[in-house]
Amino acid sequence: MSQNETTDADDEPIPVMQQILDNPFLLLFIGITVPTVFYIVWGVMEIVTIPVAK
Amino acid sequence: MNDSRNFRIDTPTGLQYHRDAELLIKANAFFGVVFLLIGGVLALLVSLTRWPSVHLLPADWFYLTLTAHGLDMLVFWIIFFEIAVLYFCSSTLLRCRLATPRIAWLGFALMLIGAVTTNVAIFRGDSSVMMTSYVPMGAHPSFYLGLILFAVGALIGCFVFLGTLVVAKNDKTYEGSLPLVTFGALTASIIAIFTIASGAIILIPTFLWSIGYIHQIDPLMYRTIWWAFGHSSQQINVAAHVSVWYAIAAIVFGAKPMSEKVSRTAFLLYIAFLQLASAHHLLSDPGLSSEWKIFNTSYFMYFAVLASMVHGLTVPGAIEVAQRKKGYTKGLYEWLRRAPWSNPVFSGMFISLIGFGFLGGISGVMMGTEQLNMIIHNTIYVPGHFHATVVIGTTLAFMSLTYFLIPSLFRREVWLPGVAKWQPYVFGFGMYAFALVMMGAGTLGVPRRHWDMSFAGTALPHEFPGSAYLMMGLVGISGVLAVIGGGMYILVTVGSLLFGRKVESSTFAQKGTPIPRAPVAATIGGHHGGAGFAAPGTFTLAIVFLVAFVLYYFINWKYLSTVWGIS
Repeated sequence: MSQNETTDADDEPIPVMQQILDNPFLLLFIGITVPTVFYIVWGVMEIVTIPVAK
Repeated sequence: MNDSRNFRIDTPTGLQYHRDAELLIKANAFFGVVFLLIGGVLALLVSLTRWPSVHLLPADWFYLTLTAHGLDMLVFWIIFFEIAVLYFCSSTLLRCRLATPRIAWLGFALMLIGAVTTNVAIFRGDSSVMMTSYVPMGAHPSFYLGLILFAVGALIGCFVFLGTLVVAKNDKTYEGSLPLVTFGALTASIIAIFTIASGAIILIPTFLWSIGYIHQIDPLMYRTIWWAFGHSSQQINVAAHVSVWYAIAAIVFGAKPMSEKVSRTAFLLYIAFLQLASAHHLLSDPGLSSEWKIFNTSYFMYFAVLASMVHGLTVPGAIEVAQRKKGYTKGLYEWLRRAPWSNPVFSGMFISLIGFGFLGGISGVMMGTEQLNMIIHNTIYVPGHFHATVVIGTTLAFMSLTYFLIPSLFRREVWLPGVAKWQPYVFGFGMYAFALVMMGAGTLGVPRRHWDMSFAGTALPHEFPGSAYLMMGLVGISGVLAVIGGGMYILVTVGSLLFGRKVESSTFAQKGTPIPRAPVAATIGGHHGGAGFAAPGTFTLAIVFLVAFVLYYFINWKYLSTVWGIS
């Protein structure tokens, strides 16, 4: 492999999807946020807004 | 620090064990198996009580036994083993030292103290509250305290895993992205962190309630948050056992993933959406809207189902591609016929994969549909489903991995190889039958967690059809068969440690060698892009799966339409 080819390969931008998949802490953020928002926060909001029986 | 950087290289596989990681993997795996043994004995008692003509235990002992069985199996056995898998997939596969071994030992100690504390609380007899421990039914404070300690310990284990990834990256012990198996373990770890945090959020106030500091815990709030712990803990298993499938495909066949990109994307779908399935436990609960229920259990959950189907296709597909390269190209299934069926590492993994997909996966989607859930909610169908996912899927996959780890990690030859050869079949097919007949009985309305399905002596008795009693008899018989299979596993693993011939095939080094050198380590820990899609047998298998899936789904809609007649 020539020097130029090596340089070209190194300069090639890393795809966004691969950057996401290569970042464990971003994945941790996604894995905590999505279920927290859609399952816990949404669910808890529905429960606390149930009217109290009179 | 040099002293903590001692490494052992297992010559046949090329895997490299950091000394602290090796001890921690052994300790976690060992205590996992101890809790599997306890849970297995309890499983026998539960099965023999739910077998109507045997009906072994009195009611109070049945509920005590069922509580201990649930926690020992679903929480303690599996999470101990998962922490072992996390350390193996980080330190061993990435060929680096384990981050903060002392903190990892602290986490292990907390887990052990917690598991023992909760077991003691249950066996004292005043904490027979089932695994779910729904409030306002109260257990002894030490029951909750034990669970909290265990959860904190497991959380520490997850962060040690993440720290080890950082160590590996800084030390440049791998090239490019994380190996796929480690990426799967990362997925399990992320789900575990959400799961354990949810457990802490609800169990800490429940503990305070149990000692009188809090006046009341709202039952619906408890159920909602508890299931973020209770169900998501089973999703850690899914991510972990799928990683084990990929690892075993690489170990046994040298199989490379059909497409790393696709497999990684499927794991990403797990990370984002798998935990939402917790909502299917609340599908019959008032107070939560249909929008919340359907959004969580259907729309978003189907992304995770898609991911499972991707893994279910790519793991056998990768095996097929590897086998076809070796010349097993006749017809659709020569690659499968010529697979090493007498090797328990493979046979257990494949029985796990098929059972997880056909029994656990299909039934899970059916019961996660809000309307269909009404047919089987709180019936014995539900444990039928999760015995297919957690026992056939996870436990059997972990058992298969053990047969690889005995020589590589514990440096012992497998004791009684003939028993080991048959163990996955006895356990796996015993569990197939167990899950199927439980689901059959559940479809006929037999309740779960119930000591006496005949409701003898109650004010409002209910008469089940004879076929329900037949199914429950078969639950007892197949349960005993599965327990025998589990006993064979314990016999082989414990026997190997005690009586197995020592394997002397290791070299030691002060420093690790960063990039894998030998075949197995190179295949599990390397990158392979894509192995292509020349897998017609797997494709046909996938079509059979989809037809079964669609048929079963619509049969249940048809069944639902007959539940209430319209006049």
